[in-house]
Amino acid sequence: MLSVSGLTKRFEDLSVMEGFDLTLRRGGFTTLIGPSGCGKSTLFDILTGVFPRDGGRISWLGEDLPDLMGRAAYMQQKDLLLPWLSLIDNAMLPATIAGADREESRRKALSLFDRLELDGFEGYTPSKVSGGMRQRCALVRTLMFEHELVLLDEPLSALDAITRRGLQGLLLLLQNEFRKTILMITHDIDEALLLSDELLVLTPMPMRVRERFVLDMPKAGRSINPELLKIKAHVLEELEGDIREAV
Amino acid sequence: MKRSNWISLALVAVVIVLWELACRWFTIPDFILPPPIEVAKVTILKAPLLLPHAGVTALEIIAGIVLSLLIALPLATVMFAVPSVERALSPFLVASQAVPVFALAPLLVIWLGYGLASKVLMAAIIIFFPITVSLLEGYKNCDREYAVFFDLMGAGFRQKMRLLYWPWALPYFFSGLKVGVTVATIGAVIGEWVGAQKGLGYLMIQANARLQVSLVFAAIVWLSAMGLALWAFVGLLEKKVITWK
Repeated sequence: MLSVSGLTKRFEDLSVMEGFDLTLRRGGFTTLIGPSGCGKSTLFDILTGVFPRDGGRISWLGEDLPDLMGRAAYMQQKDLLLPWLSLIDNAMLPATIAGADREESRRKALSLFDRLELDGFEGYTPSKVSGGMRQRCALVRTLMFEHELVLLDEPLSALDAITRRGLQGLLLLLQNEFRKTILMITHDIDEALLLSDELLVLTPMPMRVRERFVLDMPKAGRSINPELLKIKAHVLEELEGDIREAV
Repeated sequence: MKRSNWISLALVAVVIVLWELACRWFTIPDFILPPPIEVAKVTILKAPLLLPHAGVTALEIIAGIVLSLLIALPLATVMFAVPSVERALSPFLVASQAVPVFALAPLLVIWLGYGLASKVLMAAIIIFFPITVSLLEGYKNCDREYAVFFDLMGAGFRQKMRLLYWPWALPYFFSGLKVGVTVATIGAVIGEWVGAQKGLGYLMIQANARLQVSLVFAAIVWLSAMGLALWAFVGLLEKKVITWK
């Protein structure tokens, strides 16, 4: 499991986090939600090794690490597909870079294309397909990482509402079928409540966990679950309170 | 054909017709300004004379392009990979453009002789700069988020170079190459003017001295055609290679 403790990061006078703690359960789906500019993305940047941290520990499966570079799959709002590669070659990129057997990874990617209804589009370049298809291809690519840990940074926020609904279900595939441990950042409280086992509400900078909700109800029928609606109203009120204070 | 193409063609036609009329009306002698019909005649009828010279010049240009690519590709890549090298070399690269390359031509002829080498180097020096600079610019233009993503996948520098930076920089590289091949002709011809035994530039100097101005024009037509052909070839190559734009 992933454990982050005492994480500290400053940008000159700005303290982004002071002693931030986070523990992910293996195989769980944890979502971080917070006011914009609270430091969520900086947390991901530190985890992925874009910025060094000023203090604290990151450990994965009991091993202390400088960062998760080369240990986690990553998917964000931009699909980051390479325009010169076909969809299938894009999806196979993590395997290509890892030097995996080409035939085998191609078979794996093709079966995922089937699952995500991208079959028949393997040879297309990204510019020839829709945004939803590109993001599905990015999702296949995420699944092609051999890593157990998956970091999702607002993976669906660039999509329209209908496409988004379809893809939310596919994100659950990551957890249920592929046994991934997922950490997701989102701005969308509905998405968070629909998908996660654990919801962490963050404070403005310096960022810490303000409140933690364990959502152990089944994922089907969540959108009308009265308990979740209460949590939603509560979280929204808190986030709006932050915005009012900021203004 | 597009409307803009028609306009370009019409413009060329108007200039040629005016030129022809001017020659007739003002009875300009052929050794000052031959009429376009005369130029066209010489361009075609003297092909047996022009062709071997054009072959030499073409060889110089192509060898110059190859030589400059051999230097520019690794240099731009090293400058990109090692920022301290870029910082160290950039001033020289810019300064090299401040040196009038034509002024080097007599020196190159002294150092490398009247043969191919001095012309090839001359062409290479001229092409080298736009290719290096545009390729380096292309590498640097790569979106940082992609680079971070490649790091996350555990890609090494060579993998990033091959799968990400090089294809990213290709359109920049090609625009530099297009500029390069069109000016390459200049390098070769200047080299030939200063000292040569073959080539269209050599032929021009000889013809000029004998007041065979129409032959000078014919050589210019051949040179321009070669430059255009090279440019078109690079354009085609670009279309073949960059299929995703």
